[in-house]
Amino acid sequence: MCDDTEESSRYDSARLSQARKDARDLKPADPSAAHVKIESLPDGAGHRLRLGGRWTNTGLHAVLHDLEEIGRDRAADDLEIDLSDIAAMDVAGAWMIRRLARTVEANGHAAHLSGGEGRFQELIAVLPDKVEKAEEPSETRSLFTRLFEPVGKLAYSFWGDFLSAMHILGSAVRGAQMKLGRASGVSPASVVNQIDHMGVKATPIILLMSFLIGAIIAQQGAFQLRYFGAEVFVVDLVGILQLREIGVLLTAIMIAGRSGSAITAEIGSMKMREEVDALLVMGLNPVGVLIFPRLVALTIALPLLTILANFASLFGAAMVAWGYSGITFAVFLQRMHEAIDLSTIVSGMIKAPFMALIIGVVAAVEGLKVGGSAESLGLHVTASVVKSIFVVILVDGLFAMFYAAIDF
Amino acid sequence: MDDNTASQETAERETILSVRDLTVGFGPKVVLDNLNLDIYRGEILGFVGASGTGKSVLMRTVLRLLPRRSGTIHILGEDYDSLGEEERMKLDMRLGVLFQHGALFSALTVRENIQLPMREYLDLPKWLMDELALLKIEMVGLAADAADKYPSELSGGMIKRAALARALALDPDLVFLDEPTSGLDPIGAAEFDELIARLRDTLGLTVYMVTHDLDSLFSVCDRIAVLGQKRVLVEGTIEDMLEFDDPWVQSYFRGKRARSIVPQDRSKTSQALRHGLK
Repeated sequence: MCDDTEESSRYDSARLSQARKDARDLKPADPSAAHVKIESLPDGAGHRLRLGGRWTNTGLHAVLHDLEEIGRDRAADDLEIDLSDIAAMDVAGAWMIRRLARTVEANGHAAHLSGGEGRFQELIAVLPDKVEKAEEPSETRSLFTRLFEPVGKLAYSFWGDFLSAMHILGSAVRGAQMKLGRASGVSPASVVNQIDHMGVKATPIILLMSFLIGAIIAQQGAFQLRYFGAEVFVVDLVGILQLREIGVLLTAIMIAGRSGSAITAEIGSMKMREEVDALLVMGLNPVGVLIFPRLVALTIALPLLTILANFASLFGAAMVAWGYSGITFAVFLQRMHEAIDLSTIVSGMIKAPFMALIIGVVAAVEGLKVGGSAESLGLHVTASVVKSIFVVILVDGLFAMFYAAIDF
Repeated sequence: MDDNTASQETAERETILSVRDLTVGFGPKVVLDNLNLDIYRGEILGFVGASGTGKSVLMRTVLRLLPRRSGTIHILGEDYDSLGEEERMKLDMRLGVLFQHGALFSALTVRENIQLPMREYLDLPKWLMDELALLKIEMVGLAADAADKYPSELSGGMIKRAALARALALDPDLVFLDEPTSGLDPIGAAEFDELIARLRDTLGLTVYMVTHDLDSLFSVCDRIAVLGQKRVLVEGTIEDMLEFDDPWVQSYFRGKRARSIVPQDRSKTSQALRHGLK
C-alpha cells in the first residue's frame, strides 16, 4: 500500500484540485468542525467523551488525531460516549464512533452511547462491526521467475498475435464466401465506403507530405552532389529512392496512423458494446463482415495512394531541382527516363498491398483484443499504430534484402 | 381530514429542490414548458412519464448538464447561478447521482470509483477512506471482493449497486437515481427498493427517482410526479394518481401490468401504504 501523503499529493496535483484544496483549507477555521472533550467520571468509573460539532466527512479531520490517541490511551477504561452536542452526523462520523466503541469493547470494557438525537444512535447501530477486506493472495515468487516472467509473457503474446493475425486473414477470405442466399460475399457498398474513408479522404495529406519529402530529399541531394559537380544525378537519387522505398514506406506509415487507428477504434468499441457478439449470434462471421471490407479497401487504396505520393514527390523534387540547381523540367524528365526503368517502379509498388494487409490485420487483431474499459481501448489503438508501423518498416527491410538477393 | 393534515405537513417540510417556470428546448422544439416541481427533505419522489417526455432532460437540467431557456432552480435552498466557485463545489458535494447505466469509470476499480470524490473533496487519511469505501460497498449489498474488481467484471445489478455506492460516497443530502431498477430481476429490484428506503431512513436522504418500475412506485415512493405535456401533469400519492383523470395516467396506473399490484379496494391500500411508510 502506498503511504497516505504520497497518495494524496498525487491526487492534489490534478488541475482542479487547487480550488478544492482552498475550500478544504477553510474548514479548520470553521467552529462547527467536530471536536471531542474527555473528562474522568467520579469513582474511577472510567471516562466520558463529550462529542460535539459536525461529525461529517468534511468536519471529521479535526478529531482524527484525538480519536486515535483516545483509542490508544483510554481503551483500557469503561467509556461513556456522550453525543448530546453533535450537530450533524453522517456515515463517516458514525463509523469513527463505532470504531472507537469497538476498540474499547475489544479490550473487554464497556462503551456506552448516550444523548443526542435518536437518529444518531440508530445510524451508529446500523453500521457493521467491521469491514472485511478481501484477502489479497500474497505472492511469493523467486527472483528468477519475476525476472523472466515478462519476457515469457511477451513471447506468448507475440505468438498469440501471430495466430490471431493468421486467423483473421484466413477467416476474412472464408467469411466473405459464407453468406447464404447471396451471390457475392462482399458487399461492394461497404468496400467503396471504406475506400472513400481510407483512400480518397487521405489524398490531400498524402499529396502534401510526399511533395515536401520529395522536395527535401532533392534539396539535400543537390547540396551534397554539388561538391562532385554531379547535380543532375539528384534526379536518379530522388527517383530511385522515392519509387523503390520512400513512397510506399511513408504512405504506409501515414495510413497506419490514419486508418489503422480508426479500424482499431471502430472494431474495439464495437467489441466493447457487444456488437461483435451480436454479429456472432446472428450467424455472421464478424471478421468477414467487419474486417474483410476494410482489408479489401486498404489493399486497393494504399497502392493508389502510393502512386499519387510518387507523383507528388517527384513534382516536389523537380521544383526544387529547378529552383536550386537550375535543372529544367525537360532535363529532369530526360534524366529520369534514363535512370528509372520498370523494375524500379514495380519493386516499390509490389510492396504496397503487403503493407496494406499488415496494417489492416494488425489493426483488426488489436481491435478484437479490446476489453471492457475505455483505458484498454486507448491502449490497443496505440499498440495498433506502433505495431503496424514497426512491422511495415521491418517488412520493407526484408523486401530490400530479398530484392538484393535476387538482383531485382 | 387525514389528507388535510398530510398536506399541512408537506407545507411545513423543508424544500430540498424547487424548480420554478423551467423551460428547456432544443432548436425549435420545446421539451419542458414552464415546469414547476418541489421535493421535500426526507422523501422519495418517483418520477414517471412516457418515453421521450423529457424525464432525463429535466434531471440533466437540474444537474446543470443541459442549458435552460428560462426558470429558476433552487437546490438545497441555493440558486446555483448566484453562487461563487467555492459554494458551487460545496453544493456539488451534497448531490449524488446514479446514472442509468452506472457511468462507473471503467479504468478504476469499484473501490477507486467510490474513493474518487472522497479523494478530491475530503481531508481524510487513506486508511479511513479505504474503510469508508468498504463500508459503502457493504451498505449497498455488494460482496467485499467486488471492491477490487473493474466495472467490466461486474454484472448489471452489481454495476447499479456500485454506482449507488459512488453516489453515496460523500453522504449527499439529495440523490438522483435514473431508472435504478431497470435491468434488475424482480428480487434484485425489490432489494434495491428496500435498500433505498433503508438509506433514506438511516441517512436522512432525499431521493429523486426516475423510474418505470411500478413496484418501486408503489412500495417505496412517498410521492409520485407524472411528466406529460411538457410539464408536471400531477404530483401526489398513489391515491391521487389513481383518481387523476388523464388517459395516460389512467392507463399507466390501471393498465394490465399495474392490476396485479393495485388492489381493488384502493382507499384501504393507500392507508395501509401510508402507515407502512411511516
